[in-house]
Amino acid sequence: MERAAARGNGPAAAAGAGPKVRIEGLSYWYDGKQSLNGVTMTIPDRAITVLFGPAGGGKTTLMRLVNRLNDLVDGTRVTGRILLDGDDIYAPGVDITRLRRRVGMVFALPLPLPGTVRENVLYGPRLAGIRNRTRLSEILERSLTQAALWAEVKDRLDAPAQGLSGGQQQRLCIARSLALEPEVLLLDEPTSGLDPISTAKVEESLFELKTQYAVVIVPHSVQQAARVADVAAFFLGGELVECGDGPQVFTSPRNKRTEDYVTGRFG
Amino acid sequence: MTASRVLIQRLGFGLLGLVTLVVVAPILAVVAVIVVRGISAISWQFLSTMPFNGMKQGGILPAIIGTLLLTLGTALVAVPIGVGGAIYLSEYARDTRLTRAIRLAIVNLAGIPSIVYGLFGLGMFVLFLRFGTSILAGSLTLAIMTLPVIISTAEEALRAVPMEFRTVSASLGGTRWQAIRTIVLPQALPGIITGVILGLLRAAGETAPILFTVAAFYLPRLPRSPLDQSMALPYHLYVISTQVPGMPLNVQYGTALVLLGLVLSLNIVASLLRRYFRRKRQW
Repeated sequence: MERAAARGNGPAAAAGAGPKVRIEGLSYWYDGKQSLNGVTMTIPDRAITVLFGPAGGGKTTLMRLVNRLNDLVDGTRVTGRILLDGDDIYAPGVDITRLRRRVGMVFALPLPLPGTVRENVLYGPRLAGIRNRTRLSEILERSLTQAALWAEVKDRLDAPAQGLSGGQQQRLCIARSLALEPEVLLLDEPTSGLDPISTAKVEESLFELKTQYAVVIVPHSVQQAARVADVAAFFLGGELVECGDGPQVFTSPRNKRTEDYVTGRFG
Repeated sequence: MTASRVLIQRLGFGLLGLVTLVVVAPILAVVAVIVVRGISAISWQFLSTMPFNGMKQGGILPAIIGTLLLTLGTALVAVPIGVGGAIYLSEYARDTRLTRAIRLAIVNLAGIPSIVYGLFGLGMFVLFLRFGTSILAGSLTLAIMTLPVIISTAEEALRAVPMEFRTVSASLGGTRWQAIRTIVLPQALPGIITGVILGLLRAAGETAPILFTVAAFYLPRLPRSPLDQSMALPYHLYVISTQVPGMPLNVQYGTALVLLGLVLSLNIVASLLRRYFRRKRQW
């Protein structure tokens, strides 16, 4: 409690810069069933925001709403607002493909596209219309380096991406998102299928990434959440129970339910 | 106990093997009979010259060319429309009462007897649109008959491509069409090719749909335009085996052998294409 009081300035204090994404009263229904209920929170720039809690809490749903991937699903309803740099991303006339380039996403399972390592990383930039070879090879090296994968794959850029190990594939997927130089990077349990060493490498690259991006992650364990969180948000049954400074939430949570979950009494 | 279980297993395997044989044997028998009786008619001259003397002598070139042209014409019409329709149904159409009705119609179209397509072609293309008895009218008729097969197999092949690829493409700023063009279509290609070839093979071997729309009884010259009549192998076979008295038996079987060979070689080309594209696929 004391430690939290000492830091005292709330979530923004942990952030390297101001707010990047502002979520206001966000609710979401799928097939008439509500899976998010009035969520309001701020995602700071240049920091790691952790969304954690038991399965079915709405963490993944929230992520997929921030880059409008849920548009691909029929039978959904969204109320409330999501502001990216102050602009409502659900406003009419928003260019969705541009939004998705600004808000990158990495999925729980490594999902390399069919093709080589190079084709995977450059998929997004090529779709965006970048043709210049020098520019593309710069993007390739930069993204793979940022994802801590360059050293391992620089000699097999034209090998099938499916031939990489699970951990490498997941970092490849991170590199693929970074190739578009997104402003926000969403990672949905990026280490759920990985061994501890690969997990450590991915986490390492996260600390690197937060110096440039607003990173949002659904961790695969409370331990991981505690390791990486600058800001932590606890979700339960579609509601945001508690959101605050990372260390404060994990060491002295204000809400009883957060405390029960963090100390392992349920979930 | 164990001994009897082993015995039952052996009996079971034996029975299944026998059933397989029953399935395969007639096919082999048909091929064997056609080859044995028809091989003596096959010669370069048979394949490359016009028939004469009431088709009892000479070759079957116009029938071969006619069937090839009809198959090509069918492909030109049915493949773009069929694959396009499949892309629409699988990638764009929402699951509404209308699209369900369309799917039901497609499945049912596949079950319509081919003579009905022939009559439709006569009414629609030959008479109403005034294409006359022509390769054009025949190709269109065969294309309509082939469409359901192409649409349903292509749609299935497209749906078999994991949804995740589309999601990943979207998450990287791809439009729906970009995802289809760069990932879904290339990955579905082997399956689509299979469907296309299956449909075209059926078209190449059909007699009823071309009976009223293309087929010339005896036309010892090559077609010069899509509006020409033409001979075609299946119809020619029907004619020489039922309508021409005194037709040498080996010419009848020889013609059947050529049709069989044509269909078989199309099949082989399809398998090679499929294998080539499947090797390029990686998931």
